[in-house]
Amino acid sequence: MYNADWEILFFMDTSEVPAPGGFALLSLSKLTEQYKKLNPMLQVPAVEIDGITLSQSLAVIQYIDETRPGPRLLPADPQKRAQVRMISDVIASGIQPLQNLYVLQKIGAEKAQWAQHFIDRGFQALEPILKLTAGKYCVGDEISMADICLVPQVYNAERFKVDVGQYPTIKRLNQTLLEIEAFIVTNPSGQPDTPVDLRA
Amino acid sequence: MASQTKPVLHGYFRSSCSWRVRIAFALKGIEYDQVPVNLIKDGGQQLTEQYKKLNPMLQVPAVEIDGITLSQSLAVIQYIDETRPGPRLLPADPQKRAQVRMISDVIASGIQPLQNLYVLQKIGAEKAQWAQHFIDRGFQALEPILKLTAGKYCVGDEISMADICLVPQVYNAERFKVDVGQYPTIKRLNQTLLEIEAFIVTNPSGQPDTPVDLRA
Repeated sequence: MYNADWEILFFMDTSEVPAPGGFALLSLSKLTEQYKKLNPMLQVPAVEIDGITLSQSLAVIQYIDETRPGPRLLPADPQKRAQVRMISDVIASGIQPLQNLYVLQKIGAEKAQWAQHFIDRGFQALEPILKLTAGKYCVGDEISMADICLVPQVYNAERFKVDVGQYPTIKRLNQTLLEIEAFIVTNPSGQPDTPVDLRA
Repeated sequence: MASQTKPVLHGYFRSSCSWRVRIAFALKGIEYDQVPVNLIKDGGQQLTEQYKKLNPMLQVPAVEIDGITLSQSLAVIQYIDETRPGPRLLPADPQKRAQVRMISDVIASGIQPLQNLYVLQKIGAEKAQWAQHFIDRGFQALEPILKLTAGKYCVGDEISMADICLVPQVYNAERFKVDVGQYPTIKRLNQTLLEIEAFIVTNPSGQPDTPVDLRA
């Protein structure tokens, strides 16, 4: 249920052309030698697609966007596209890596405060950025990779008891996005590997 | 689509993320102005209210270009690539392009954020071991990936954003006394790239804000 996994599932559902053969959720322990061949960073997700194996969710998402038809996941306008990448990277480089499982295990006893700190710090930056770029969604009025990154990060924020109410634009965008089918069906509460006690 | 005004890079000589953007500008032959942001002086010039307007993450780099302000080096690099002529910074082939982004993200999300100044200040006394650990971990992943993707450069035989990310990260690795010799593909690629003009002229040892005692 790492949020990076969730980002890939979002995409597969919004594509108008189903991925050939659908997609299979691989449920391997990620520390095995077997998984290492898929992703030597020993992290999820890894995606086998078109004969290659890709890791790093934003690389996967942009590859899918560039090779499959359907709604664009990055805007046509280069400046808006740069803003989408900027927002995505604030989350994918500036927040999530500081609060993922591996790092929290290394931090030890103070992990909750550490995670909250880095999420708050990132959201403090994101809020003014989004105030500038957002329309109905993170950048203008089209769903993009930025929205795909935002929702799972807000989910993590709530898990770590961050008060998202301090960030009204983030809160508003998240609420809007949570009503969209692709975000609903891919929620951690309803996946093949969701434990019984956490199912919606 | 280039504006009449030169882009402005707000950065720090030794910031690996700022160096990435410098390399991209150099590869494309784009002239730009540099405004140094000293991360140490005055408690850190990136922490001022003034800088916050440029980048609310309070990090370098921030780039003013074509009437907008962008942060996050990979967003900047791809924007430059998509709006300026000159050698491509990402391959035309979608699969190679994905591999370039994957390698760039292993560095820009998987390594650098765990060893930047802010995090090391929070870690405190054990910062050297922490930095080495995360660089080693990232390089242990990068080595087999690059063995698969590399030709003369990180992905095939064309310089890309992956190479732009690699060299500054190897520089950081050496600063933290990581033994890069354990990673032969990384070492070989870095050596090749260090002979290229765009990587040489942008090196931290020769920037406008490089302290005298660190100049080449």
